[in-house]
Amino acid sequence: MQIWDPTYECMPREDIEQLQLERLQATLNRVYKTVTCYRKKFDEAGINPEDVQSLSDLAKLPFTTKEDLRLNYPYGMFAVPLREVVRIHSSSGTTGKPTVVGYTKNDLKTWANLVARFMTAAGVTHDDVVQIAFGYGLFTGAFGLHYGAEAIGASVIPMSSGNTEKQIMIMQDYKTTALVCTPSYAITMASRMEQMGVDPKGLSLRVGLFGAEPWSEAMRREIENRLCIKATDNYGLSEIIGPGVAGECEYRCGMHLFEDAFIAEIIDPETCEVLPPGSVGELVLTTLTKEAFPMIRYRTRDITSLDYSPCDCGRTIVRMKKTMGRTDDMLIIRGVNVFPSQIEEVLFDIEGCEPHYQLVVGSEGSMDVLEVHIEVTENIFFDEMKRQRAFLEHVERRINSVLGVSVTVKLVEPYSITRHEGKANRVIDNRKR
Amino acid sequence: MLRIKNINTYYGQVHALKNVSLHLHAGEIVTLIGANGAGKTTVLNSLSAITPPKSGEILFEGSTIKNLSADRIVDLGISQVPEGRQIFKPLSVEDNLELGAYLRFRKREGRASIRKDIEHVFHLFPRLSERRRQIAGTLSGGEQQMLAIGRALMAKPKILLLDEPSMGLAPLVVKDIFKVVSKLRSEQGTTILLVEQNAKAALAIADRGYVLETGKVILEEKASELLENKEVQRAYLGKDKKEIWER
Repeated sequence: MQIWDPTYECMPREDIEQLQLERLQATLNRVYKTVTCYRKKFDEAGINPEDVQSLSDLAKLPFTTKEDLRLNYPYGMFAVPLREVVRIHSSSGTTGKPTVVGYTKNDLKTWANLVARFMTAAGVTHDDVVQIAFGYGLFTGAFGLHYGAEAIGASVIPMSSGNTEKQIMIMQDYKTTALVCTPSYAITMASRMEQMGVDPKGLSLRVGLFGAEPWSEAMRREIENRLCIKATDNYGLSEIIGPGVAGECEYRCGMHLFEDAFIAEIIDPETCEVLPPGSVGELVLTTLTKEAFPMIRYRTRDITSLDYSPCDCGRTIVRMKKTMGRTDDMLIIRGVNVFPSQIEEVLFDIEGCEPHYQLVVGSEGSMDVLEVHIEVTENIFFDEMKRQRAFLEHVERRINSVLGVSVTVKLVEPYSITRHEGKANRVIDNRKR
Repeated sequence: MLRIKNINTYYGQVHALKNVSLHLHAGEIVTLIGANGAGKTTVLNSLSAITPPKSGEILFEGSTIKNLSADRIVDLGISQVPEGRQIFKPLSVEDNLELGAYLRFRKREGRASIRKDIEHVFHLFPRLSERRRQIAGTLSGGEQQMLAIGRALMAKPKILLLDEPSMGLAPLVVKDIFKVVSKLRSEQGTTILLVEQNAKAALAIADRGYVLETGKVILEEKASELLENKEVQRAYLGKDKKEIWER
């Protein structure tokens, strides 16, 4: 397997940290001078860029949130004048004003290289035909992957999203070998192929690069089985750069996060404290190479954990776990952070298929109580009460060991959990706050 | 090979370097660019202990050199070519080169190997060879610069600190000197930290660069990317001078 940029992907830990410190200090000196919002925030926090003398000093700096971007809409967070910006992207803005991000010429080059890194890690080479089924437009996904694939020298088909039948026709006729889209769209394509009677084994498709939304291991297995490809995950967000923050290698044991360009921290989303390596919490990112739109300690609201142990692929940079959801989904049960996706994984492992479940939180006195309701299906229904009870205890034990919180598992009637646009409403919180 | 963390250097009350961190890998050419007074030379002088930093860390090949004296640092393998050459003008070219090997004489290294290195310098700079017995003060500016570099090489440095080698020289001569600088790296593997006003020429031969502004590092990037950076172009490459943007 290839490594696109071994200098930066396989550095000894010491060198990574030296480079990060240098670039962090330079970035802070720049943003303090050119971005009013940062200068104000630093001054309010009583901190000067010169106070940052080690990577751990990063924790002294204030966070940047989506709210800051909204307050400075549209160009307030840019660190260069607009005449140096050669590209503008924007987030969807489904909740309020969209956020606007800009790129200089160098930023676009950096971005393409970062994308080329994870595409190479996923196994894409200059021999591949890459079909990009992300929507082209303000969204960073399509353009990010497009220029990354071109940097590698692959043949790019800029399909954009939608028109599934045409996508499938082109995939057959143009002999697409690599598919880029959201994981849910990959499933849509697989279903349409089945309806159309297209056998995925007859396609040239061999690898999929899926991102832009969180997806479970269960979904990965489903995509791999139905499309007969290797499905890889990658991570990014437009506020930071777009795709190209992290991506999986052939071992698929976490996404390699490009540490020469970003510093990753994990914080407790409630207390905002920085957590030790390996802890599950909210990912906070600081950009180190961005010229037009540097971000200092941006709260991504994505939940993950970091693994600093070296990977068999030879890359030495930190790996982030598949995102487990958003901080907005997080429940706090007796002081422990619980994510619905953690429970989902346990249930999947036990049952072998995606269950319909609901988490019901209540309180007994001052204690939080978490109940997991699972809809009965054939493979988890037993005639014997003894076996049924043993099964429930087994599930409870497994969830307990993963979460560190005891739960009660109950079976409920099929279809008794209300569906909401095909998705079950996962959490009901009956606690009085 | 060289790792600097958070050095602060003062000239009396003047805080000349503020938390400067930088590194050099073996065999790299790294350039420091920035306006007058940005602190470029101070970085070199801090490394060579001419103006030792007040705080911070300097690690050379894994061990600290921050509190060592200037001659110890030369002995370890860091030689500086000072701004304005500073050659010994009344002495001959050869004597200047021999003095560059002073520490090696003192360590009773054989004359033969020193002789060999003088010939090597003459091989690098054939012009000096032609003028080996000439009084150094009578050399042209470019030749004096070659001599200053040659003298530094006589200490067999692992890292060469070059301060403004192009200063006051004709463009063609500058070209020659930069060619030799590149050659030192490619043929001898010498690591080079280059301070230059002529940012364009420096970035053309360097692998990476740091941009300094009022004693602080504001950018670290590949040299090719710094050449593309609009702010660098405007401030140090003389492009787009008129429309300076202010917030």
